[in-house]
Amino acid sequence: MAFMYVTFTSLLVGGLMGLLQTFVRSGKYTLPFGIDYYTILTVHGVILGLVMTTFFIIGFQFSLMGKTVGLTDKQRKAAWWSFWIMLAGTIMASVMVLTGQASVLYTFYAPLRAHPVFYFGLALVIIGSWIAVFINFRQLYLWRKANKGQKSPLLAYMVTINMIMWVIASLGVAVSVLVLFIPWSLGYTATINVLLSRTLFWYFGHPLVYFWLLPAYMAWYAIIPKIIGGKILSDSLARLAFILLLLFSIPVGFHHQLTEPGIDATWKFIQVVLTFMVVIPTLMTAFSIFATFEATGRKKGYTTLFGWFRKLPWKDVRFLAPFIGMVAFIPGGAGGIINASHQMNALIHNTIWVTGHFHLTAAMTSVLTFFGITYWLVPHLTGRRLTPRLNKLGIIQSLTWTVGMLIMSTAMHIQGLLGGPRRSNFSEYAGGAQVDTWISYQMAQESADRFSSLPSS
Amino acid sequence: MNLHKYEKIWLIFGIGSLAVFLAVIGFAAFWKGTHPQSHIETIDPQNVEAHEAFKPENLGLREVADGKYTVNIIASAFNYDLGKDENGNRVDTIRVPRGSTVLFQVTTPDVVHGFQIAGTNVNMMVEPGHISRYETVMKNNGEFTIVCNEYCGIGHHLMFGKVEVYD
Amino acid sequence: MKNKNPKPQHTKSNESTIHFKGTFIAVMLLGVIMVASWFGVYALFLSR
Repeated sequence: MAFMYVTFTSLLVGGLMGLLQTFVRSGKYTLPFGIDYYTILTVHGVILGLVMTTFFIIGFQFSLMGKTVGLTDKQRKAAWWSFWIMLAGTIMASVMVLTGQASVLYTFYAPLRAHPVFYFGLALVIIGSWIAVFINFRQLYLWRKANKGQKSPLLAYMVTINMIMWVIASLGVAVSVLVLFIPWSLGYTATINVLLSRTLFWYFGHPLVYFWLLPAYMAWYAIIPKIIGGKILSDSLARLAFILLLLFSIPVGFHHQLTEPGIDATWKFIQVVLTFMVVIPTLMTAFSIFATFEATGRKKGYTTLFGWFRKLPWKDVRFLAPFIGMVAFIPGGAGGIINASHQMNALIHNTIWVTGHFHLTAAMTSVLTFFGITYWLVPHLTGRRLTPRLNKLGIIQSLTWTVGMLIMSTAMHIQGLLGGPRRSNFSEYAGGAQVDTWISYQMAQESADRFSSLPSS
Repeated sequence: MNLHKYEKIWLIFGIGSLAVFLAVIGFAAFWKGTHPQSHIETIDPQNVEAHEAFKPENLGLREVADGKYTVNIIASAFNYDLGKDENGNRVDTIRVPRGSTVLFQVTTPDVVHGFQIAGTNVNMMVEPGHISRYETVMKNNGEFTIVCNEYCGIGHHLMFGKVEVYD
Repeated sequence: MKNKNPKPQHTKSNESTIHFKGTFIAVMLLGVIMVASWFGVYALFLSR
């Protein structure tokens, strides 16, 4: 499916940009042709954070819906519309970024101003994704009409939940772009409400990361058990976890704004509590997954305490890649709780710890699971087989990615605790011993990044 | 839908530790007053000098009482204005004795900046139209770099200052 | 609603408490990592 091609092209481009960045940050390399560090940082963020993930997820969800509840010809046509609109928006935004007219990073905080075309591009991506949402809803609606009184298929249910979350969340960014940014970038309004635009962005920005995570959960709950030859622990518990994630994830954006001057501390604390609630479905998920593994192993006759664990299909990349993703989510989740802890946030806010955190959660948990899904999905869609040779190649790719990301994000976490900032070009600042320790971690990140970029395509 | 016994224990443990975390930070925030900075105070970004604290002569370090200091700073792309010394040169290092209580007040006339004194708990967003404020006790001596940790434009990484805490 | 024990027809279902011992140890380890790292960073916060 076309969504997949875009995903992997953008992964290639985005990965390359990430590699270039760490070169520059370590102070060993200067970009040619006067290209700015912040331009490639914007490309890396927009391409990987918004384009690759969204295209992958929508493509994946279409194929899940197609499999479980069916896709009519009319819906297929509409899906193509959604694809082309999103692609057009992506190209518009990318051209602006690449020509240096929108070096505003993927968070595009006002009052940094980009070319209006950049904002129109973003608006198109969102509109395109909404078309996809309505197709998914329609698919489920038609299925329910045809199968009255039956429980909807688990995967279709999960896709619907994720899409509801996406609609609610992207409303925030749509309002922000249409009402605040576009009139302002065209010059119709002289000023822009900085605090409001940031709040609207994070109203979208945090559910966005759950929008990346839920497809990984779909795979963990519903596809992994098939691959290892077992059964999901509990269908209704999985549904409950998804519902809880939806309910708690919406009002938690303030935890990105804990060090903001213009928001009342009590409101911040309320959202901290809500953020902690989101952890609960994840705790449930952890138990479900291990229990599925153990039940499957024991059914196959491994009776010792951890015998079931050793006998998991480690040599199957469709299992291995998502499994590494799950493991990465342990420190990823623990770090997330630390991030959200109200005043403790001052320790890590906007340091490179945060970058380390979302490379664990997004680049390892979600993306490795997406790799696993791809190895499972592409043969399904194209009718080809995952040959042992390709499987081996996939394992090598997953492991290299893991080693690279692991070294990089560990270095980032430590440097962040020491106060090293994120989103910054190489700088010795005022010099001194403190900054020297940061630089040694930058070096480690550079070598690690070089490592993990190699096989990603 | 019934939960397995072990799952119940696990969820009680997990939710319990979340509750402990919340109790610890909640107690520290609401009873000990260690909220992150959240004074909802606004200022006209076009005219920050009109505010008493950000008049050119009031920028930088001032001792307001014994062992109590105030530091007023204007952050603008790509510089922290820490005031001028008696010879009229710009100050780039704030020097305070260990154990002193320092109130940092920062605002900006242009875009969003960060203000972090790396190695301390001083870490604030600085936004046009708002005054950012954080009071802290400098417990450890040493040199601490002030960094702008929010992207503010092409020279973002060249925006810094220094705090020196001596015995 | 579903029974949490996924395979009652294959084994004796009253074994369900023994079945998930490995799972339980695994998740508790995970919980310990979570608590330890949180208090570690909190100590750093207090020391600064």
